[in-house]
Amino acid sequence: MSLVQDTLQAVMKKAIALAPDGFIPGGHPDPLIHHKHGLIGAPVSRIDGPLKVSGKAAFAAEFPVDGMAYAALKYSSIPRGRIAELDTRAAEAAPGVVLVMTHKNAPRLQPMPPFMSQPKAAGGDDVPVMQDDQVHWNGQPVALVLAETQEQADHARSLIRVAYEAGHGVTALAEAKANGSEPGLFQGEPLKLDLNDAEDKLAAAPHKVDVRYTTPRHSHNPIELHAATVYWEGDALRVHDATQAVDHAAWTLAQVFGLREEQVHVTSPYVGGGFGSKTLWQHQILAAAASRLAGRPVRIMLSREGVYRIVGGRTITEQRVAIGAQDDGTFDALIHTGTVAMTPHNNMPEPFILPARSAYASRSFLLDVETVKLNMVANTFMRAPGESVGTFGLECAVDELAHAMNIDPIELRIRNEPEKDPTTGLPFSSRLIVEAWRRGAERFGWSKRGAPGARREGEWLVGLGCATATYPYYRMPGGAARITLTRDGRATISISAHEMGMGTSTAQTQVAAERLGLTMEQVTFAYGDNTLPGVVLAGGSQQTAAIGAAVSAAQRQLFETLLQLAGNDSPLAGLKPDEVGGSDGGLGKLDEPQIFESYASILQRAQRESVTAEAEAPPPLELQHWSMHSHGAMFCEVRVSTVTGEVRVNRFLGVFDCGRIINAKTARSQFRGGIVMGLGLALMEETQFDERSGRIMNPSLAEYHVPVHLDVPEIDAIWLDEPDPHTPMGARGVGEIGITGVGAAVANAVFNATGKRVRDLPITLDKLL
Amino acid sequence: MTPFDYQRAADAAGAVAAGVRGGAKYLGGGTNLVDLMRETIERPDCLVDVSCLSGGIDETPDGGLQIGAGVTNAAVAADRRVRERYPLLAQAILSGASAQIRNMATVGGNILQRTRCGYFYDDAARCNKRRPGDGCDAVDGFNRNHAILGASPACVATHPSDMCVALAALDAMVTVEGPAGPRQVPLIGLHRLPGDTPQIETVLEPGALITAVTLPPNGISARSRYRKVRDRSSYAFALVSVAAGLEMEGDTVKDVRLALGGVAHKPWRALAAEAALRGRLLTDAALQGAAEAELSPARGLRDNVFKIDLARRVIVDSLSSLAQAREIVR
Repeated sequence: MSLVQDTLQAVMKKAIALAPDGFIPGGHPDPLIHHKHGLIGAPVSRIDGPLKVSGKAAFAAEFPVDGMAYAALKYSSIPRGRIAELDTRAAEAAPGVVLVMTHKNAPRLQPMPPFMSQPKAAGGDDVPVMQDDQVHWNGQPVALVLAETQEQADHARSLIRVAYEAGHGVTALAEAKANGSEPGLFQGEPLKLDLNDAEDKLAAAPHKVDVRYTTPRHSHNPIELHAATVYWEGDALRVHDATQAVDHAAWTLAQVFGLREEQVHVTSPYVGGGFGSKTLWQHQILAAAASRLAGRPVRIMLSREGVYRIVGGRTITEQRVAIGAQDDGTFDALIHTGTVAMTPHNNMPEPFILPARSAYASRSFLLDVETVKLNMVANTFMRAPGESVGTFGLECAVDELAHAMNIDPIELRIRNEPEKDPTTGLPFSSRLIVEAWRRGAERFGWSKRGAPGARREGEWLVGLGCATATYPYYRMPGGAARITLTRDGRATISISAHEMGMGTSTAQTQVAAERLGLTMEQVTFAYGDNTLPGVVLAGGSQQTAAIGAAVSAAQRQLFETLLQLAGNDSPLAGLKPDEVGGSDGGLGKLDEPQIFESYASILQRAQRESVTAEAEAPPPLELQHWSMHSHGAMFCEVRVSTVTGEVRVNRFLGVFDCGRIINAKTARSQFRGGIVMGLGLALMEETQFDERSGRIMNPSLAEYHVPVHLDVPEIDAIWLDEPDPHTPMGARGVGEIGITGVGAAVANAVFNATGKRVRDLPITLDKLL
Repeated sequence: MTPFDYQRAADAAGAVAAGVRGGAKYLGGGTNLVDLMRETIERPDCLVDVSCLSGGIDETPDGGLQIGAGVTNAAVAADRRVRERYPLLAQAILSGASAQIRNMATVGGNILQRTRCGYFYDDAARCNKRRPGDGCDAVDGFNRNHAILGASPACVATHPSDMCVALAALDAMVTVEGPAGPRQVPLIGLHRLPGDTPQIETVLEPGALITAVTLPPNGISARSRYRKVRDRSSYAFALVSVAAGLEMEGDTVKDVRLALGGVAHKPWRALAAEAALRGRLLTDAALQGAAEAELSPARGLRDNVFKIDLARRVIVDSLSSLAQAREIVR
């Protein structure tokens, strides 16, 4: 532990009252939010950092198992049709080959229940997994080779010959649109909102913009390739997975293999980035099927190409944004509609209208996401699905209107700041975007922004742009946690949650240590195992709150049990759980800290080695009472070459309103990482999907461009740190908001630099020549 | 990857004796060949490792430099003589790939690296390089990185090297050891345009081994520049790159060297533009005219029409910047 942390621990004496057992109107905020000088907010380094940098953290493809065979996948090369011939003889005869699995010999399997179709469904799609001769997308696995080494498997895979009978695949967006669209359904509700005749109000408005934006496909590129080590123990399936949803994966695998959920054990202690992609795709299922067929443990690790072929990414969007405004800039109409591509086998209508539902006051709204169907790998969640690309359209359009009306774009946003949620009427739980704008404008030097094209430095035109970042607060039902306290004064928090590199285990160790009055060394955070309590998906930036609520519930249970165990001989006799708090390794009375007994003493007197408490998190009723969103004021300075059109980002600032920040270091990394990913979205990321064949043509990090170091300037990320009174710890998630608004901030800066408005991402140099 | 034999050559003659056999390939740093083998695009029966041969950089009697084919890209770019006398070459090398790749890649391998066309890399696509007569899916597909000069209906791929663009501008000579003995080939004559046989990428006969590259002395070193334009700041292939050098006499162009990368099946020496400028007053109109002379035959495809304008802009800007730099020097 660092000196800073020691010092923090030393001054931390004040006990903290239990968190409320729910967040509803009239309730009390989490007492932790008033706690200023402890571990909460401290820049604590990742507790798993030393393990990772020394190579001791075992990832999914690094678990040694005796007798392991290695898998390689052969992918289809047509988008739709049937497998006419599959010649595997040469592959089967190749050195080291254990078996070749195709639809002819694969075990009978049920399709994956796709994500959001049932509470614990984790499938990317519901296409039958190697069960028949049908091909549904270009890149679908058609055969799996198991061999003694990865190299032997890869070689044998290259010897498989497949002949197809081509069917008619829909691979061109124009054809898909001609086939008709359907409204997108997200979380069970149509992505549609029609309030107060927006088209009429737009037509009548004295000022308006009505423009179209497009965003391309994006492929997932976590540094850790998708992988699993799997084996069977009798009828039980063991999976070392790289996943952000251990419970969902286990439940879904059970459905596929006709097992009880308890027969599937999925663990995932370390994940090298998820971003929405580390769920269940065909590779885990095929590995488990092959393991059963061969009677051997199987390791599967997709190649980078494999990730592009069988793990979905972010889909294409075509957006219309129209805003009508009065002379004072207030909005009469806000229209955000458009089309996204999906497949016939999944349900992920990239919900790009979500930001427009609560970002601005308007006298009318028309929001609509229409979906069309393509034969492609099923699109899926990618960091801030909806908001990342939705803020591109929305926040560029606001900038366009500001320019048209000659109003400063920050001022225009502030003039349209709603008092309550403009589409639901709910009060905001906490909303400080105006403060973020003011602070950011001052810090960034916004007042120096000139007219478009006015600032030139050598061959470079320099411009400033801004955009609102926004992402909702989520807390999904199903959270539960267990706390085990041992007589040596140590606590283990167990919860079926995830650490994908963002710092969850560190931040939650800080919170638990603070609440229990222990040091971080005395707290172990156990996670990434579906046999642990709770169902806590690492998605929707919800883990911090979901874990926080579950651990608080377990802590209440723990304190009740401890006070019972303490009995009448304790200084704590007669006290109720709400009258005590954890401090200095024991329980103390909140207003009289000298009334105290250590955990060790309580357990010793009760002749207990340990005490365990387990509880479920309260249902997320706060979401029904408040409109809950994080925000950020994003500022960007770019330079654009007048010779080549090259865009370089000079500097970037994000000022975030995300409630209380738990760990300044990991949160800053999350913000920065999101912004870096946003720079990729703005300037270079694009999956080349060949509309003739449905084939992805750039499945490698050499050809699919993500930002390199030279593309990333110094990024300034600060936050207001104002607790949200209606969330656990006063915190809202920080994992996704960083990517939102970045595309628009860059595009708006490019406009300010050049006077050219690029409405189609990515903003490549050819669009600026 | 398809299984293969491996042998390490003791000397150039031994390498050629092994390399002339059908199915053999020379291995330098392997940064391109091994990738292609992993994808089974390349399936040699035998790799003859020549990375240990010809590893020095030596002075030539006329004041030039001879660089062994086995010297790594990183070593060339770091060589003091190269940096002082051929800064264009050092700049070009350092603009390519990544530090890790440059540490492995050799001069010979860089010259003979293959195109980055996505359809060449994907066995599911049609490609006349991989299967002559198959057809070309790039002509009407994703061709942002593809050729605007010298392409054919059979192939629109580009040669991806940065180093070769500088070598083309510097009049480099390539020493080749072959079954019939050593010979010298000008770098700009080494690579072929695709025509009807895009699978034949160079004039080298089977088994020929590049052993060295020789740089003649030149007068443009002080006023030369490599500018690479790409879709991100590093680790991306050139959309257009320009190697330019200028030697002036007063306001008149005494000598000019101009080569383009990312525009053709080979490093493109812009001889028409050079001819339009040599001996002329260096005016903006002359520069525009020279660029036009070079680019008038250029033809764009679906995704790369912009490269014609981009090439013109970078040619004009590079040479006019060099002209201005000359005045500052004077």
